[in-house]
Amino acid sequence: MDKIKIKINKLNLWYSNFQALRDINASIREKKITAMIGPSGCGKSTLLRVFNRMNDLVEGVRVTGEVAIDGENIIHADTDLVKLRKNVGMVFQRPNPFPLSIYENIVFGPKVHGTITNKLELDQLVERSLKSVLLWDELKDKLNKSALRLSLEQKQRLCIARLIAVKSDILLMDEPCSTLDPQATAKIEELMRELKNNYTIVIVTHNMQQAARISDDTGFMLLGDLVEFGRTEDIFTKPQDKRTEDYITGRYG
Amino acid sequence: MQRHLDEELKELHKDILKMGVFAQEAIFKSVEALKDRDSQKAKEVIANDSNIDELELAIDEKCIDFIARYQPMAGDLRFIATGMKINAELERIADIAVDISERTLELIDKPLLKPLIDIPKLSVIAQNMIRDAIDAFINRDVELAKKVVLSDSEADKLRNFVQEELVNDYLAKDPATASRAVPLLLIARYLERICDHTTNIAEDVVYMVEAKVVRHHREQL
Repeated sequence: MDKIKIKINKLNLWYSNFQALRDINASIREKKITAMIGPSGCGKSTLLRVFNRMNDLVEGVRVTGEVAIDGENIIHADTDLVKLRKNVGMVFQRPNPFPLSIYENIVFGPKVHGTITNKLELDQLVERSLKSVLLWDELKDKLNKSALRLSLEQKQRLCIARLIAVKSDILLMDEPCSTLDPQATAKIEELMRELKNNYTIVIVTHNMQQAARISDDTGFMLLGDLVEFGRTEDIFTKPQDKRTEDYITGRYG
Repeated sequence: MQRHLDEELKELHKDILKMGVFAQEAIFKSVEALKDRDSQKAKEVIANDSNIDELELAIDEKCIDFIARYQPMAGDLRFIATGMKINAELERIADIAVDISERTLELIDKPLLKPLIDIPKLSVIAQNMIRDAIDAFINRDVELAKKVVLSDSEADKLRNFVQEELVNDYLAKDPATASRAVPLLLIARYLERICDHTTNIAEDVVYMVEAKVVRHHREQL
């Protein structure tokens, strides 16, 4: 039986008076890719941001219900947010490397957290992290170059490597390929397939074919409701809810 | 929301309906040729098969083109997948009508072994099953599809009856009847095979509408 990494129970979220998430219940399996799909404004990015409490940065946000990661409820006033965000990393639509060298981008997190200070260990960490995103061979001789000079796809890989370096074990990806061309998208998707051997990945995407290609589970959201959640093959071949069918067959709207 | 692909799906519907009509006609004509000892009709069935083959290829191409351009999902995907399978089943059915016509041509100059009663009955069952299966496909009628699946056993029984009669009453008693009994045995077998293909179509319709796989799992009907 698959282990549940994130258990969402009766989750509601308001931005001031606007309710963005309504009574969400779902179980996200460990070391699987879960895709959240739905039209713009349906709440999928908001849900993603609940998993590392990024919504806390928005004024007037209010959350009820439970989100348990490895059995521990993170919707709690005394949750250690630094530890949570180290464990649950996020990759954004537009890759956002720091204006530092490739090397410094990777070691930035571990240095801030004070987990590694030894130069040899940092070197090994950079090699290991870049290897896990298949960038090592391309960049091993350019580690001191600015990360801002990389291609978009390389930047996105570097951002993923940065999370790996701080030992995140949940990777949240908010439209990670939307600025990439089809070839770069294919490479990131291949990387995601590799990464799921060791990480739990939750991806928000507008690209339904991408969700169908790479995810194990899919959730369809509409107006803050999680309308349907299940195995990807079921959602895309035999959705149970007419709203899901209408959305994925392009009848919605 | 009105979708452009709905128009294309309608066209595909029409093409499959046309294929179904062609297949039905081929069987009807092939059995008529046998009953009437009409070599012209039998030859027409054989000659017309290439048109059915062409239509099969055209439908297949449309389906593949549709998949490539629209990447269908859910109900659309099941419709296309089912349409492709039904198309292939109907083409096989038309091929079997050709087989029936070829056996008919072998029999045409020989005196009838016995009056034809059960083979035409079997042919009526086959034609009704095809008609209902195609109707079920067009109207997304699961109940009718289930009825088709269940009527297959009637065809099996009748084929067994024809087989036993030909073997026990003719072949066993007088092996010299073989040249007239074997083609009839084969024709009964062909008609029963048509019913099997038609059952597959009906099972695919259940999948298309309800996303439930009943092929090889008839207990789930």
